[in-house]
Amino acid sequence: MKNIKLTYTKMTILLGCIFITIASCERELSDEAVFATFPTAPEVFNDSPVGLGTDFYFPYINSKATAWSVDEKESYEGSASMRFDVPNANDPEGSFAGAIFRIDGEGSGRNLTDYDALTFWAKATQSVTIGEIGFGEDFGENKYVVGRKAIDLTTAWKKYIIPIPDPSKLIQERGLLRYSTGSLLGSGYTFWLDEVRYEKLGTLAQPKPKILNGVDVEETTFIGTQINLSERGLTQTFNLPNGVNQEVTAAPSYFTFESSNPEVAIVNELGVVTVLDAGSATITATIAGVKAAGSLTLQSLGNFAEAPVPTRDPANVISIFSDAYTNVPVDYYNGFFTPDGQTTQGGEPPLTLGSGQVINYTQLNFVGIGTFLNVSSIDASQMTHLHVDINVQEAVESGDYITLQLLNSVGNNETSGSVRITDNQLQSNQWVSLDVPLNDFGLANRDKLGLLFFISDNTISNIYVDNIYYYKE
Amino acid sequence: MNKITAYKFKLPAIALPSLLLVLAFVAASCSTDQTQTVATFNKLSMADEFDVDGAPNSSIWNFDIGTGQNGWGNNELQYYTNRPENVVVQNGVLIITAREENFNGSAYTSARLLTKGKFQQQYGRWEARIRLPYGKGIWPAFWLLGDDKNGTEIWPEIGEIDIMEYLGDEPTRAFGTVHGPGYSAGESISKSYQLQNDRFDTGFHVFGIEWGPEYINFYINDVLYNQITPEDVPGEWVFDDDFYIILNMAVGGTLPGAPNAETTFPQRMLVDYVRVYEMNKN
Repeated sequence: MKNIKLTYTKMTILLGCIFITIASCERELSDEAVFATFPTAPEVFNDSPVGLGTDFYFPYINSKATAWSVDEKESYEGSASMRFDVPNANDPEGSFAGAIFRIDGEGSGRNLTDYDALTFWAKATQSVTIGEIGFGEDFGENKYVVGRKAIDLTTAWKKYIIPIPDPSKLIQERGLLRYSTGSLLGSGYTFWLDEVRYEKLGTLAQPKPKILNGVDVEETTFIGTQINLSERGLTQTFNLPNGVNQEVTAAPSYFTFESSNPEVAIVNELGVVTVLDAGSATITATIAGVKAAGSLTLQSLGNFAEAPVPTRDPANVISIFSDAYTNVPVDYYNGFFTPDGQTTQGGEPPLTLGSGQVINYTQLNFVGIGTFLNVSSIDASQMTHLHVDINVQEAVESGDYITLQLLNSVGNNETSGSVRITDNQLQSNQWVSLDVPLNDFGLANRDKLGLLFFISDNTISNIYVDNIYYYKE
Repeated sequence: MNKITAYKFKLPAIALPSLLLVLAFVAASCSTDQTQTVATFNKLSMADEFDVDGAPNSSIWNFDIGTGQNGWGNNELQYYTNRPENVVVQNGVLIITAREENFNGSAYTSARLLTKGKFQQQYGRWEARIRLPYGKGIWPAFWLLGDDKNGTEIWPEIGEIDIMEYLGDEPTRAFGTVHGPGYSAGESISKSYQLQNDRFDTGFHVFGIEWGPEYINFYINDVLYNQITPEDVPGEWVFDDDFYIILNMAVGGTLPGAPNAETTFPQRMLVDYVRVYEMNKN
């Protein structure tokens, strides 16, 4: 019996040794490889800012820098709240209120991975819709910016929820709060936030991420084009406990992007698509494994065929948009007259393709290039022609047209005249160079040209435009 | 009332320690670590675990088909079918699917299963484990109706016990209700239960009742949140009879209102099991 017992003991020791040996094969990560951990404190503001350090308030450019203060007369809970005095639109110190609250100190930050929302109580001096409140902006990489837009405040305290699109990303976040809002019909007002904190609500569900606003978009493009998806409708939506589907804007880094054909187009973690070759590629995305609605399918036509290089003597040219000349200052290449029914996108800014710049107008119905607001209008009284190169990116059908319209002395005894470019003067996927006699516009004067319109009335929707200039023969 | 008061005053001094002891015991039994012995219904009388893929077990379930009278009496908008698109057993769960589609004049389809004539029981413990759908206008339910004696009795005389009702635009709240003569529809006796830090559409939850003579206890998961007795109803107690089960998902209707632009379809109600127990007479 003794012997047997002894044997068992030996066996145990032996097994133990083997186990220890095997276990000790598992090496621990070196100090360098272990993630630093950051505080997980939830509070941003209770009766005073919490854990933000001393230098944490950074107003947006042109905003009123003194808009925020701690109000010890108002609070939802405790003794104080955050007070925001939104200025009148004509306030010389700043026309709106907006800032980020960032934890002081390079390398600082909070670990917010255990929370699912930023929450706060809010009220205002009157019923008003706040422009945007969110988090994730640090004036550094701004990788995880989130914004809930158009927040309706009332004169009574009410709780608001801003969902985190994917909390697992926020291992070190410095930008704990951001806000931006303007006046109400020109007049300022005051609003308050209190008990601003991160929370694990457990009641946010049914995530519905979107890219390109949830639409499947198809575009033709060329090698070298870069498309920033952050400007193309990236959002996350959660169903709140009150049944409301709450959408927030979400920075590209919350998404995992995928290209169906990385030889044609790739996307980086900042949501920038780069076109590498001819062919077709579809960009899709997920947040935390949930597929985003919407996609971007790119038909890359290969290298961009550039417009013919102008050869006229610069002395005889007033150039609005051309790499061959020094351009006069313009207000814009797209006025976005959306309230007037304009649908046209593109032009602001022009695209850099091949060796220079080119304008791509899409969803064209009409679009204006302005030279009357903050720049000198154009005196073309000595000029004889308007030159423009147009490349239509779709089939040109009978009846299609692009009308060129000039406005002289915009808003002050303004006169206008137009010339219609008809379908037989245009070509699909090819540059055509148009030289239109200015007399054909029928203007009495052309000494204060302020707007040049391209009007297709939707007959043609996608065009490239280059080398827009007046010249004299 | 007077009688009890008189009795109390007549308590002999010697009984006081015993009374205190009883009181202490009652107080102690409120603590959560005490095992409650309310589950006297522990003999399984019916169970569908939904373990066989395909159509629901026809020995247990019937279907209501169509739109009933005035949308099943509630101006509901769906057309009930028994197509697999609306009701199927898959991967261990019963799936009732509400769809937005034009079907026989209705704008939505869904399904309604019932055990009428196939499984009926008086009293017992009735429970189901369900993951609920969400969205405005979505109205799922797990409920019981009393036997109508071959059409000789009508609602609300037959009695109705709603073990679970839920409105898709209030994803953290479910409610249990009884209907009877003098306390039906808007006057029904109801209580809701609010989940804390959780929702009914993100995971499975157990909805049940313990129903005996002169009481119905309503519970969700491990929380007993209501008891209804004859004293709580302003009419005849009609819950001493055979009842059958209904599982359905309505779309629209008087109570939830119509779906809105943000309601997404299809919506699915997942039922992991339905189990009914009776008193173990051994």
